[in-house]
Amino acid sequence: MSAAAEVVPPGFGEPDAEDLRQAGFPPVMPIAVATLIMVVTGGVLLAAQYGRAAKLVAPTVLVIAAAVLLLVNAVLVLRIREFARPVFFRVLGWGLLAYAVIAGILEFVFVYDHTPARLLVLFTAMLVLFAADVPLMLAYSVARWQPPDAR
Amino acid sequence: MTDAVIDGRTATPAETGAAAPPGAGGHGPPPVPNFNIVPVRALPVVAVVLIGLVAAIASNNLWALTFYHVAGGGLWTSLDLFLGLVLGPIMGSLTIPARVEFTTKFMPKMLLIMPTLVAMTLGAGFQLARHVGNLEASYPHHGWLVASMVIVGIMAVIALGLLEPANLAVLFELKKPVPNGARIQRLMKVFIYTAGVTGLLQILTIVIMTFLASR
Repeated sequence: MSAAAEVVPPGFGEPDAEDLRQAGFPPVMPIAVATLIMVVTGGVLLAAQYGRAAKLVAPTVLVIAAAVLLLVNAVLVLRIREFARPVFFRVLGWGLLAYAVIAGILEFVFVYDHTPARLLVLFTAMLVLFAADVPLMLAYSVARWQPPDAR
Repeated sequence: MTDAVIDGRTATPAETGAAAPPGAGGHGPPPVPNFNIVPVRALPVVAVVLIGLVAAIASNNLWALTFYHVAGGGLWTSLDLFLGLVLGPIMGSLTIPARVEFTTKFMPKMLLIMPTLVAMTLGAGFQLARHVGNLEASYPHHGWLVASMVIVGIMAVIALGLLEPANLAVLFELKKPVPNGARIQRLMKVFIYTAGVTGLLQILTIVIMTFLASR
């Protein structure tokens, strides 16, 4: 048999109902990625200043902006009419659990290292945003391709 | 609509083994083996690894921190490069049923392995850097360390914003009664390519890390 690349099943690649619904969805993924970029940038800015008097203005602005974006995104997702909500919330729940563990380990590092209070508050806020944003991305990226009545 | 062609002849459904999209008619979906999206039996292993990580951090044991950071980072890099540069092209040359079978066995494991390796590498790495004083702004090569943080940040965005969502979406697509083959192919491409890109960025990180370790 020749290479599998030559085997093209009939109708392969034709859009199905889920493909057609994508155009009506809000830009959840770009917003979630923007949120993640802000959190990561803030985290790098803070970590880069570890051990000296940190300038907190930029990380604080990034945390606030990321929080606003995350809230906007949550509202956008909840307002989608034809959406596989049971699947979304199932993945979101498990994702929150998994990322709470990861964020918890990182928080443990910061607390254990006696990170100064103001830095710790910002690190904690970033970890909370991180642990909420990633599961949102995962849940949305699964649910968007499921039929609205999927369980 | 064109029929499937193998060696210049029309292929049978069994040969293509492809998922029939709505309206295609006549062709059944590829056989999708029963699988768990999260391999539950592997969770205790993950728990042991993470407990070990917490113990390494809490004890500030230099060997344990170095082990977790180097072993985690090495495996993370190797897996990414292997996926992007070796496994990706091989998968592209497999028949669709073979790809489906491989994906159902491979992707659930990746769902646990990758986040565990990332947690190991970053958690132990941060603590190690703090413990040996590399994190301090007064460290002579602090700029290199910050550069590695920026690279890790880029990798994190790629991995969490593209790679993991694609991984999970493929698994859920395969759980459908009639999976959409084209969608799986698209998502797998995202997964494989992003794994390759993060693997290449990992090499940059290793260059910086080995430079710092040799100072």
